[in-house]
Amino acid sequence: MALTRDRVDALRATAREVREDIVRMVHAAACGHPGGPLGMADFMTTLFLEHLDLTPENRHAEDRDRFVLGNGHTCAGYYALLAQKGLLDREQLLTFRKMGSPLQGHPHRNLELGIDFSTGSLGNGLSVAAGMALGAKMSGWSSRIYCASSDGESQEGQIWEAATSAAHWGLSNLTVIVDFNDIQIDGRMRDVMDVRDLRAKYAAFGWHAVEIDGHDVVAIDHALCEAKAETERPSAIVARTTIGKGVSFMEDQSSWHGVAPNDEQLAQALEDLAAAAS
Amino acid sequence: MRRSSGPPPPRVHVLTTQDLAPLATGEVKKVATRQAYGEALLELGSQHQDIVVLDADLSGSTKTGMFAKAHPDRFINCGVAEANMAGTAAGLACTGRKAFMSSFAMFAAGKAWEQLRQSVCVPDLDVKVCASHAGLTVGEDGKSHQMLEDITLMRVLPNMKVLVPADAVEAREAVRVAYETPGPVYVRLSRASTPVVFGEEYRLELGKGALLREGSDVCIAACGVEVAEALGAAEQLAAAGIEARVINLASIDPIDEDLIVDSAQRCGAILTAEEHQIRGGLGDAVAQVVVRRCPVPMDLAGMDGEFGQTGTASQLLAHYGLDAASLAARAEALIQRKGN
Repeated sequence: MALTRDRVDALRATAREVREDIVRMVHAAACGHPGGPLGMADFMTTLFLEHLDLTPENRHAEDRDRFVLGNGHTCAGYYALLAQKGLLDREQLLTFRKMGSPLQGHPHRNLELGIDFSTGSLGNGLSVAAGMALGAKMSGWSSRIYCASSDGESQEGQIWEAATSAAHWGLSNLTVIVDFNDIQIDGRMRDVMDVRDLRAKYAAFGWHAVEIDGHDVVAIDHALCEAKAETERPSAIVARTTIGKGVSFMEDQSSWHGVAPNDEQLAQALEDLAAAAS
Repeated sequence: MRRSSGPPPPRVHVLTTQDLAPLATGEVKKVATRQAYGEALLELGSQHQDIVVLDADLSGSTKTGMFAKAHPDRFINCGVAEANMAGTAAGLACTGRKAFMSSFAMFAAGKAWEQLRQSVCVPDLDVKVCASHAGLTVGEDGKSHQMLEDITLMRVLPNMKVLVPADAVEAREAVRVAYETPGPVYVRLSRASTPVVFGEEYRLELGKGALLREGSDVCIAACGVEVAEALGAAEQLAAAGIEARVINLASIDPIDEDLIVDSAQRCGAILTAEEHQIRGGLGDAVAQVVVRRCPVPMDLAGMDGEFGQTGTASQLLAHYGLDAASLAARAEALIQRKGN
């Protein structure tokens, strides 16, 4: 069922809150990665609020949905969404990257908080998600396994080992969303090492694969619904995004991959996000 | 409270004559530890539905094929993709399963090391890496396949337990211990048929070594295929009037510190033997206990910073000083270094 107008507005509002949390968290930590999660905020919000069956009540249930953040460095947005879903307190977000916090610089498995897996080293997530999907199928669970990945991560060979096996095993309960922003640490992805047409690559590996505007919540929701309807193949959603989306001076800048905003930049960022709301 | 005059005597796991029945009777048969693994996995897997087995296109060689034939619904062939196999095993472990993954040691510990660290050991998951064709005794395949660094690579990982069974009986036991021990376990297996040292009654315990032969002139501490060579060395030394204690340290991590301390105190010198690099291997693990708790002269038999080469298993063990005669000579030289 297509999203109602009210639902679309609500998702956009939540995505804006997530973006505010991201810049506040990275500012408070004085280090971290703001650009990636700002770009992913629209599809992550749509996934977490409309599709991912994870609640404070079912967090320890084996047959619930699961999520693996393959590009673990973008975890500020992931944590902000876990707070939106009531799995952790919003105030706790400001402990991000601080000594003793469960909100580690890269995710560490913590089922109490709904963090399904430890990631951070690129390339590992999709294999693990495929293993979870295989286990869920073997158990006869109806749960779905979601994995976030990125264009930069697609340079890792292990992604394509996992892509091969997930199709071979017919893991229709597995969906990967690939954040395609054409930016990586050293600059433009197409200059560093061009992964080219990821939709075509996943399709060639035997996946149901689509490419969408990663900021269009209606398109994202539609793609996730299609993935759910797929009965034989795993699904790949290549989401075209802009790194730093919503913060004027961060948009499309590789320099904002892993740098924290200072006080003035935080104020500017929050102003940009508020302006977009009006 | 008054303190006693010294530390309590260490507890030592002493085997019964029944444990060592094959040695007592002299009827030594030869079985490869990988064969015992395959049989144990089939038996254990039939008892426990939570066992799944992954292999990377080597199920005939690693012997997981027996399980695959009996339980095709719980066997996952990952193709020639070991990194993905380790990650898949981690994901399966997250669904309440105990995942046994097998390949040659070279690939399981070498190619998948980063995945074992990040996706298995960091989240401390029930993945059991049972790696065959380890060490020099893989023989003619040569240096590309002679995994001589896996003990080092695995024991350095937090949460990973490391077992190196000496024979088929202990290999079967290692599979049971791996299943019963929570978290990641590495089991090192061999291709070659090796003498059966233990009787059927023998039970392996995590963190416990085994005293195989008593003696007080020197201690030879060994693991894997070197245990049989160490026992042979002790025989040769006995003929020269030297009584060597032989201990089996199958559980390398955690290691039996008490047995090592007891051996140092009793014998005053320890020679370690492994078909593996001495850097980071069994010798290194024993030396760490010795320097901290009971400094005595030591020598470390093993590969000393070089790769192997093509040859038969026995040719290679002799060439690199790991056969019984070489160990005996080395033990004799070590005794000369003991303080008076």
